[in-house]
Amino acid sequence: MPINFDKALGVHQHALTLRAQRSEILAANIANVDTPNYKARDIDFEAALSKATGSNETSPVHLKRTAGNHINGNVSASGSSLQAELMYRMPQQSSLDGNTVEAHRENAAFTENALLYQTSLQFLGGKFKGLKAAITGGR
Amino acid sequence: MLKIMDVAASAMNAQMLRLNTTASNMANAGDISGSEDTVYRAQNPVFESVLMDAQRGSVGVEVTGIQSNNAPVNKRYEPGHPQADENGYIYMSNVNVAEEMANMISASRSYQSSAEVFNTSKTLMLRTLQLGQ
Repeated sequence: MPINFDKALGVHQHALTLRAQRSEILAANIANVDTPNYKARDIDFEAALSKATGSNETSPVHLKRTAGNHINGNVSASGSSLQAELMYRMPQQSSLDGNTVEAHRENAAFTENALLYQTSLQFLGGKFKGLKAAITGGR
Repeated sequence: MLKIMDVAASAMNAQMLRLNTTASNMANAGDISGSEDTVYRAQNPVFESVLMDAQRGSVGVEVTGIQSNNAPVNKRYEPGHPQADENGYIYMSNVNVAEEMANMISASRSYQSSAEVFNTSKTLMLRTLQLGQ
C-alpha cells in the first residue's frame, strides 16, 4: 500500500485507543462509588502507550514456557496488543466499607482523560486532513 | 466507549433505586403500628459490582437486593392511642431521618456524576464519528 497508515497516523491512533480504554475504567470507578468493597483501578497510561508503540527499551520479563498450554507470562507480549495492565489505586483516605473510590479524584481524572481523548482526536483529524490534501493536491 | 454508557446507566439505575428507597423511608418515617412485627422498617438497597466486560475491565453496578434495617424500632407508652397493644404500647418505624437525608444527598450526587460521565462519553463518541470530515 502506498500510504502507510501506521506511519501517517503515528502515536495518536494508539493514544486514542488507550484513552478510550482508560475512560471505560474510570467510568467503572465512578459508577461504583457507593459499592462496598469495590477497589478503584486505573492504568499507567505512559507505560501502556510506550508498550503499544513498541518504544520500550527495557524488554519485558517473559516466563519460560515448557509446554504449549502454559499461559503466556507476559500479558501483552505481542507489541501491537493494546491491553494495558490494570492497577489498583491507593486511596488517600480509606473508608470503612472497603471502597477505595475517591469521587473527586475519579471525576478529575475522567474529565482530564476526556479532554486528552479530544486532543488525540483533533490530531488524528489533522492527519487525515493532511492525507486528503495530499491525495487531492489541495484542490 | 459504548460500554461506558452501559456502566453509567447501571450506576444511574442503582442510584435511582437508592433514591426510591430513601423516598419510601422518608414517607414512612412516622408510621405507627400496634405490634413490633408489622411496623415499617427502613429499607436499604445492597449494591454489588458486576463485571460487564472482563477484557476491558468494565465494571457496572447491580442492586442485588433490598434489606430491611434491623435497628430496634421505637416503642412508646401511649395507652390512649387507638392502635396501642394490650400493654398500651405503640411501635414507631426505625427510620432515621438524618441518615436518610444524607443518603439522599449522596445518591443524587453519585447520580449526577454518572450522568456527567454519560454525557461526556456521548460527546466523545459524536466527535469520533466526525473524524476525518
